[in-house]
Amino acid sequence: MRKAKTILASLLALSLAGSALAQPATPPFGGQGPQGPRPQGQAPQGPRQWNQDVDRSQNDLTLDMYFIPVGAQDSRPDSEGFIRRWSLLDPIDKPNRTNTVFTDSYIREAFAAEYFPGQMTLLPKDGQKVKLDKKTTLQWHNFDSRLYNVKLFRFASELDHQVYGVIFWAVTAIDVEEDLVDVRLSVGSNSASMWWIDGQEAVILSGDRRMVADDCASKRLTLTKGRHIIRGAVINGPGMSDFCVRIVDECGKPVRNYSVSTNYATK
Amino acid sequence: MKNNRYTLLLGAAAFLFLLVGTSALAQEGKPWIHDPSTIVKCDGKYYTFGTGGGGLISPDGWNWESGAVRPGGGAAPDAMKIGDRHLVVYGSTGGGLGGGHRGIINTMWTKSLDPNSPDFGFSDPVVVAESKFDEDCDAIDPSLLLDPNTGRLWCSYGTYFGFIRIVELDPKTGARVEGNEAKDIAIDCEASSLIYRNGWYYLLGTHGTCCDGVNSTYNIIVGRSRNPQGPYVDNLGRDMIKGGGRMVIASTSRLSGAGHFGRYIETEGVEKMSCHFEADFDRSGRSVLAIRPLLWKNDWPYAGELFKEGVYEIESERRGYGLELAVDFTRIERPRRGGWWANPDEPIEVLPLQTLDEVKDKWPAGEVEIRIGDYLGRPHQRWSIKAVPEAGGYLGGQYYKIQIEGTERTLAATADREVIALPTYTGEACQLWRIEQIVDGTYRIMPKEVPGCSEELVLVSVADSTPSLGKFDPDSDNCKWNFRNH
Repeated sequence: MRKAKTILASLLALSLAGSALAQPATPPFGGQGPQGPRPQGQAPQGPRQWNQDVDRSQNDLTLDMYFIPVGAQDSRPDSEGFIRRWSLLDPIDKPNRTNTVFTDSYIREAFAAEYFPGQMTLLPKDGQKVKLDKKTTLQWHNFDSRLYNVKLFRFASELDHQVYGVIFWAVTAIDVEEDLVDVRLSVGSNSASMWWIDGQEAVILSGDRRMVADDCASKRLTLTKGRHIIRGAVINGPGMSDFCVRIVDECGKPVRNYSVSTNYATK
Repeated sequence: MKNNRYTLLLGAAAFLFLLVGTSALAQEGKPWIHDPSTIVKCDGKYYTFGTGGGGLISPDGWNWESGAVRPGGGAAPDAMKIGDRHLVVYGSTGGGLGGGHRGIINTMWTKSLDPNSPDFGFSDPVVVAESKFDEDCDAIDPSLLLDPNTGRLWCSYGTYFGFIRIVELDPKTGARVEGNEAKDIAIDCEASSLIYRNGWYYLLGTHGTCCDGVNSTYNIIVGRSRNPQGPYVDNLGRDMIKGGGRMVIASTSRLSGAGHFGRYIETEGVEKMSCHFEADFDRSGRSVLAIRPLLWKNDWPYAGELFKEGVYEIESERRGYGLELAVDFTRIERPRRGGWWANPDEPIEVLPLQTLDEVKDKWPAGEVEIRIGDYLGRPHQRWSIKAVPEAGGYLGGQYYKIQIEGTERTLAATADREVIALPTYTGEACQLWRIEQIVDGTYRIMPKEVPGCSEELVLVSVADSTPSLGKFDPDSDNCKWNFRNH
């Protein structure tokens, strides 16, 4: 019986592959989704929504596999210097059926648009809501990532938000114990992103990006003793979305002598 | 008349070739020398001595003129700095292919090599080795090695007439260590040279025909040993006493007869080798000083190539991405069916490359950031690299300007120790680049000057996609680049 199923599956796969070659007019969906090929004749009109396409009863994933609630104590960068504590905003709808459109100009324009008041200055409280328009209200969540990379895709999917064609906003505060001279903000993201420190642009990752630690770095920075705000925006069409951020020194080694907080009121 | 015009055209072409060819590939000035000693830097200038007395001086390692002074005449000296003095060793006889083989090796000291310095002045020569008329050795062509492990000073010498020998000298006096016996370490070489690296002692020698101009087949070979006194064996395990040797550098079509190896360590990870070519086809067949990158593979030395002008991808050794202008990527619009969905029976079509004219107007007019990205051979990734002869040079090379092909957009170092593309080239030192092959065959790229910075900095990858300037670290791929012509 199992053998018969295998043969049937093989025949179906061959049939799909053959039809793809013979009928090239419908390009395949760009990006890595959790499913196999889109059924023939259903050309995508926009990014697939993971939570629309997947039977959630089959989902073994949970949010706490990726994130844990922020505790009372300030966080430190992890052993490799990655910052794991972030305030994350529910994803903003920004349809894109491909990630190849993310040129510098495109993402600068996309992130310059105002989606909610105080977009570049807000220091959110956990659970705080922001209104995008009359119909849309999004919420901030404070989390510690279990991984060096903050899995935005899972953040969105496990909170039942759309995962494709989105912009994520992230904020965190770092409290620097002594002046950090000639350091760089080093970022990897999937897909494109921009990052600001204290409101100043620090890094831009344009193009169809993959998760690569230390993919792009800022120019040399001096972070004086005290609090600094790191803010980021990640844009994604189809596929996985995540980011990782750390501060490195002149030799590319992680800098760790600072604390990380999402309690913006205390300092 | 027709013939005259043809001759004129040919002459002009030859002159142009001479200009281009020599400026790109040979030492400038009058680098005429035979049997050059190991290059030594003294008080900011470079020196090498040759057969017959005298030698060459260079203020920058690229432009060379005669002017070095070495008394004693004879053949094929070597030189080395020990402490605050320079020890020069030379054969005061000159050998003889068909004549007598009585040879004498001498050493002498001078504090400075600069004939205009008050510290210049050679001590009386001291005889450290000899060969008699009836020995299987001709005591000429000496070389020095100060063993970094033991501090012992070794001197090899000899020629095609029998054995290459090694003796020990006193590094304080330059005299032969009392009671030291010469040892045979190779056979039938000329211009031996001893060097040490990474636990290995190397004996380099010159084989082939000397002194026959454009027909000279001189070539430099090497064997290695764990002991300075040998046995030195080649890559096949063949002892140099039996004629073994692995090629380090040989002739090219326009340079005949490489001989008399010398090693110069610029800094850890950047090494140069000097030699002469018996004849340079672009310079009347004269014997000329040559300097090449010295590369190492599996603990064997070999000569690298001088950088050649051209249009290149500048590929980071860190990730393999290409240096590029940080401008919006312009897609080549093609129907997607041209990919793997294409009908296999459709006729083959040759696609045009994206041209500069198609994209340049979309680029910002002023300064443009530099980044490192996926290479596709697009106009913002194609760098034209041309020598700037008037900018001088460095040991074995000259400065280059690096520009996007077909434009004036010029790679430059900035005062905040970053890199940027300027809209035009003005010749400032921050727009001039030193390009040197390093010991593993990759390149380091160094601005002639970083505004307001006294440190030597090189082009580095501080992230996979982010270039900057930083200190050179020979062990880090962040500091290494490749030039791809594709």
